[in-house]
Amino acid sequence: MLYSIIFPLLNSMPGLSGYVFPNEYELHWSILIVIYPYLTGLVAGAFILASLERVFKVSALKPIYRLSLLTALSFMIIAPLPLLAHLGHPERSFEMFLTPHTASAMAMFGFVYAWYLMVVLLLEIWFDYRKDIVIWSNEKKGIVKYFYKLLTLGATDISEKAVAFDHKIGRVITIIGIPSAFLLHGYVGFIFGSIKANPWWSSVLIPIVFLFSAIVSGIALMLLVYMITSMVRWTTMSMKCLNKLAEFLLYAMLIDFSLETLDFIHRLYESEESISILSEMISSRLFISLIITQIIIGSLMPMLGLVFARFGKLPDELRRMIYFISAILVQVGIFSTRWNVVIGGQLFSKSLRGLTTYKLDIFGIEGLLVSIALLIAPIGILWVLTKILPPWNEMGKVQKEVAKMSATESV
Amino acid sequence: MKTITDKLIRPEIERRAFLKNCSKTLPSLLLLVASFDVQQLMAKENGVYDPTEHNYAMGINIKKCIGCARCADACKSENKVPRKPHFFRTWVERYVIPEEGEPIVDSPNGGIDGYPEISQKLHIQRTFFVPKLCNHCVKAPCVQVCPVGATFNTKDGVVLVDPKWCVGCRYCIQACPYGARYLHPETNVADKCTFCYHRITDGKLPVCVEVCPTQARIFGEKGQKSSPLRRFFRFNEIHTLKPGLNTKPKVYYAGLDGEVI
Amino acid sequence: MSKIPQQIIPIVIILMIVVGSFIAAKNIFVPSSFGEQGHFRTEAIQENMDLEQVYAGADACYDCHDDVAEIKSDSYHKGLSCEVCHGPASQHVEAPDEFIPDAPRGRGYCPLCHGYNPSRPSGFPQINPERHNPGKACMSCHDPHNPLLPHAPEECSACHQEIASVKIVSHHATLPCTQCHTIEKGHKTSPKFSKAHKPIDNSTCAYCHEKGSTIKKAAPKINVELHSDRYLCWDCHYPHYPEAF
Repeated sequence: MLYSIIFPLLNSMPGLSGYVFPNEYELHWSILIVIYPYLTGLVAGAFILASLERVFKVSALKPIYRLSLLTALSFMIIAPLPLLAHLGHPERSFEMFLTPHTASAMAMFGFVYAWYLMVVLLLEIWFDYRKDIVIWSNEKKGIVKYFYKLLTLGATDISEKAVAFDHKIGRVITIIGIPSAFLLHGYVGFIFGSIKANPWWSSVLIPIVFLFSAIVSGIALMLLVYMITSMVRWTTMSMKCLNKLAEFLLYAMLIDFSLETLDFIHRLYESEESISILSEMISSRLFISLIITQIIIGSLMPMLGLVFARFGKLPDELRRMIYFISAILVQVGIFSTRWNVVIGGQLFSKSLRGLTTYKLDIFGIEGLLVSIALLIAPIGILWVLTKILPPWNEMGKVQKEVAKMSATESV
Repeated sequence: MKTITDKLIRPEIERRAFLKNCSKTLPSLLLLVASFDVQQLMAKENGVYDPTEHNYAMGINIKKCIGCARCADACKSENKVPRKPHFFRTWVERYVIPEEGEPIVDSPNGGIDGYPEISQKLHIQRTFFVPKLCNHCVKAPCVQVCPVGATFNTKDGVVLVDPKWCVGCRYCIQACPYGARYLHPETNVADKCTFCYHRITDGKLPVCVEVCPTQARIFGEKGQKSSPLRRFFRFNEIHTLKPGLNTKPKVYYAGLDGEVI
Repeated sequence: MSKIPQQIIPIVIILMIVVGSFIAAKNIFVPSSFGEQGHFRTEAIQENMDLEQVYAGADACYDCHDDVAEIKSDSYHKGLSCEVCHGPASQHVEAPDEFIPDAPRGRGYCPLCHGYNPSRPSGFPQINPERHNPGKACMSCHDPHNPLLPHAPEECSACHQEIASVKIVSHHATLPCTQCHTIEKGHKTSPKFSKAHKPIDNSTCAYCHEKGSTIKKAAPKINVELHSDRYLCWDCHYPHYPEAF
């Protein structure tokens, strides 16, 4: 999470330039609004990855199917928190459900979120784990037993027919889930892309770019989560799975990068009235976070690394190392993508004549510490979730034994 | 129904003269009763406000604006806008367009404390002031994006904020192309010009129009004939800000320079 | 029972609870007036109407101060609202004795409008506060309610400073304004009713610049008729700053 410290520091260039409308001196959407699309992107990406295994039968990804679902869930739980913390009146947030304004892109967030969390993620996880939950509720002892009993929701039927039904309905939910995941993050992009007042945001490509960058960040996240959990649990990673992940990551990055480049060239070529202030912004305020971090460090370097590692003849050790580093760089890149969209869109005045600056506080609700906490929290939730619903039981029996032994050792 | 323009055309002098005559002719006791009655009559006349009878709009004549920013100052007092620098419901921009190079625009503290001197080296081609405020757009982007219905177009053509319903998400501030909105630092809700809705529905002028020394600002109703706003439309070339965004602003500018964004 | 799989039942129940509580919350928490006139709380309109008025408006002032109203009604300041200078006075209208509005008396206030600023419209009366009777209060010569000039301005630059400030650095610096403009007597006191005359043809310029003219030796000479017969001199040359193109 070091990058969330480095960016703002590098970005905060002192002073204003040109003419900024008086009400625009201070940025209205802070780092919390950077974190929000970053987190939802990870959710959508992780879920889409999981559905690849389920719907399109990419068997190489089997080891991370459940892990992806749990990761998506843990990030999903945190995703609305930065939004909530940023509201002027968080206690009124429920109005988004009570009186949603149908013309507002933002009003639908509550419903899209509720649909995705409850109907898609929770249901899919529940149906997928139901058989195991029932078994655990019989095996475990003490209070844990009752906890699992509660989780079964009274549905204790694990006959072959019932489990077959679980699988069937799980598949249906996944099929619904894919467009839902697209909706979730495409929609987040639309919140920005539909603001005609802001030439940096107002683009029909923004939702699509958001979507593909979400897939990129989700795959890279799962690569990291899989590698780290395997290392912590002292199990061997499936090189097949890693290679497949790296491949998908590379393809998604190629699409994402092409779309972003298209957007960039399109703006440059159309050269509308905003072009001069936007170029000034890119060459001064956003130079480090856009050119250096997003494009060079976050896109080109990991893409080269992935091509080299995936298709070159390398020992597995080195390959894993390059995958790991690339995935971290991708996270840095995607975070700076979000930063450049959200903060970048507010650094220039709508007078198109001036640039302002963003100063990140350390303390306070919109400060750095809260942001770091919000980025770490999903990892903590994931750790708890893997304790409640261990995702590793699809492995072979021997591996399972090893895992159990290592688990007791580490305790 | 008494309207603002009636008031402008038929000044209060008549009423004053009437009261004066009363005091001359009637005993003081009778005067008391009479004035009480007059007040009651007035109250009745103003009693019921029907928004469907109005469609408010503002005209601004750039060529009359002297950049004193008394409007911005009075607005802050009337509407309890924070005195701190970066909160304005209305402000005055100065444009200096040199013979060569890019236009220079500024509005230090909204113009309230005056403007720094223009460099002697600069060869000025033309220079002028532009007052800015919420445009009360017919197709207001802020109203469109508000997720909870805390900002809305009223029937009398004003865009208002409901401070008790606003959640403070600031989406409206992002959506406003004119930078007319801010988050009120004390109430934590979006705030902006209301055309002094509490005044205009009481038959008074918005305070910026009231205090404008040169009548550069003209307030009135779009539909009403024989009004100062009608005259303003008749005799000037009218422009609105950022017409390409199709927001249909209801603040109309006369003598607006192409450099003004 | 046998047809519906067991696991569907709790899901349906939870869904019904969620939807039910959502509908209940909507009924309890949304104000009944919401949506009557549009997607908003109707009371918000009245709440906006009920806000406190701080400025009373000039009409309210004139109700009592009819003497000042009379003085103002015939002056350049007739359109100037009382509260521009005296500050917001609603409190004064309600309790005339308890709240007395302020009146600016120093030299700092009048220049807010009348201090020279090139961006102000041409002809708007402006002075340079540093040079205009320094140290003297504005009110000692001008009555703010009827700011007639104590005497006619001596220099044209008193009102036309933006022209004067350009002319002074140009080759025309030494020319008096009357070289090209003639004014009638009333212009200095009521400029709106007696406008200054401007040259009507090229002969004004030709007076100095015609080839063979002996008026000003240093002035560049041209054959005015051949130079351009379609345009007036000031169509191209700005007379107050002729060397600027």
